[in-house]
Amino acid sequence: MTTLVEGEAEDTAIPRSAPVIATTGLTKRFRSGQVAVDHIDLTVERGAVYGFLGPNGSGKTTTIRMLLGLIRPTDGAVSLLGDPVPGNEAHALAKVGALVEGPAFHPYLSGWANLRRLDRMDETADPATHEERLSNALARVGLTAAANKKFRQYSLGMKQRLGIAAALLQPRELLVLDEPTNGLDPQGTREVRHLIRELSDDGLTVFVSSHLLAEVEQICTHVGIMSVGKLVTQGTLDDLRRGGTTIVTVTTPATELARKTFATLGLADAAVSGDEVHASLGSIEPEAVTVALVNAGVPVRGLAVSKPALEDLFVEITGEGFDVAR
Amino acid sequence: MSLAEAVGHGVVVPRRHRGALGRQLRSELRLVFGRRRNLILLGALAAIPLAIGLAVKVSPPGGPGDGGGPQFLDRITGNGLFLVLTALLVTLNLFLPVVVGIIGADSVAGEAQAGTLRYLLGVPVRRGRLLLVKAVGIATYALAAVSTIAIVAAIAGVSLFGAGSFTLLGGQTVSPGEGLLRVLGVLIYVWLSLFGLLAVGLLISTLTEVPMGAMAGTLGFAVLSLVLDSIPQLHAIHGALVSHYWRTFGTLIRVGPDYGSLARHLLLQLAYVGIAGGLAWARFSDADVTS
Repeated sequence: MTTLVEGEAEDTAIPRSAPVIATTGLTKRFRSGQVAVDHIDLTVERGAVYGFLGPNGSGKTTTIRMLLGLIRPTDGAVSLLGDPVPGNEAHALAKVGALVEGPAFHPYLSGWANLRRLDRMDETADPATHEERLSNALARVGLTAAANKKFRQYSLGMKQRLGIAAALLQPRELLVLDEPTNGLDPQGTREVRHLIRELSDDGLTVFVSSHLLAEVEQICTHVGIMSVGKLVTQGTLDDLRRGGTTIVTVTTPATELARKTFATLGLADAAVSGDEVHASLGSIEPEAVTVALVNAGVPVRGLAVSKPALEDLFVEITGEGFDVAR
Repeated sequence: MSLAEAVGHGVVVPRRHRGALGRQLRSELRLVFGRRRNLILLGALAAIPLAIGLAVKVSPPGGPGDGGGPQFLDRITGNGLFLVLTALLVTLNLFLPVVVGIIGADSVAGEAQAGTLRYLLGVPVRRGRLLLVKAVGIATYALAAVSTIAIVAAIAGVSLFGAGSFTLLGGQTVSPGEGLLRVLGVLIYVWLSLFGLLAVGLLISTLTEVPMGAMAGTLGFAVLSLVLDSIPQLHAIHGALVSHYWRTFGTLIRVGPDYGSLARHLLLQLAYVGIAGGLAWARFSDADVTS
């Protein structure tokens, strides 16, 4: 049976602190001449939930295919769990569960038979625990009742879940999930988020791509943002947000007085909309704003400090709207 | 189930388990033979000897030397086992290449089109190993196809025309047991005759994501080979055509089989397997899987 070693792994020459994924100058130019991925340097630390974000067509899936050894880079290098890809991907991939560009299974086989197929093809799968692992993986994604249904009869959400179950057939160090919530309803999306959190709590590193920023920012510790083949920024979510604009909003009937107070404090971009006044917080502490408003005699009904959403950050970084970036 | 059991603490040491190749091969065979389409295909092949047998029963040929119809047809009424030889001869030029084309197309191009190829490679299954497993799958199905035709032909032939003594080409009569043994030899030989085309089918399958195209390509290759073989002016290249010796299996039921020609043929098939198999590996081991 696959041995689980706590603390130190006997076969890993690399230190535990080495990145789980590291690419240097990773580039893919397709035969058409299109540069899908343009010299990106990804670093995914162990234990991170890394949100790999970007609009459709920004090169996320091509990058993921290179990480998994499915396509060869034109230039640059990939290190996956310390192994070079291409080169020693078979060694690394045994520790990686992946969902790439949507689930794909044999339509005329049941969910169970499809998982059995993948597990039987896995040299590192222990035949003695085969059925147990299949049942567990199906249970994890809530497909136990549909195990014997043909894949063709699955709903889009069930197909997606079967794909995640396949990634969980074996103990993993890294999960690569390409758009895992595609086709899921809000409830299904919540379940996937919950599952990712659980797996992360167990020590797995999760690399999750999405074109829906709001959906992923709730679970990520780290973020990398792609735009037109380039990795425009990456870092911890907190660092990234620190670089963005925090907005302070006060709700008051005395909007003009509040606006003047904001201006006096030196807050930029103060503007009135309805009974709200908002401005960029900058380096000023929110409590200082509260004190200033009260001292100025502004009747405060509510005060909110909102960190920038990833979507706003994206617009700030790339200078364009998220949906139109191509 | 607790998560910690399944996943540990983020560190995994994978280990290969004994008998992995056996499990992979069984999985592949289950995939090939579990597909209803493929079983229907075997059923359709079984209908061919039945049809020939019934036709000969209803309207027997004039006897040895009649000249009409495929080789061995005139001998079926003497010994039902000859129906096996007639059926194999009839199917070798078209039906068996179609079968090899279809199953070969499924092997890599079919998995690519379904998207399952990227998940197999992600398991991971090493690419060379996957090709080997796929080749075994196609070869096993080809054996099943040849055997289906032979077994149905033998049962139909013997029940319609009886078995009795077996007269070799050349006139000598041997025991039914030896006759059966020689027919079995023909079955194996016909199966091995398909190996070159099988390797070509696998190669074409790695070149496309469209199974239909792979099927057509493989069948086209076989037809081209048959056509070139029929043009006397191209005599110089005949010996290198994959189908050139396909119809030579009759020598196995001669009084003195021409072992030289049998060996040349098997070497030719081996050469095709080596070249097409090598090209398939060279292509597939480095191919971008974008499906």
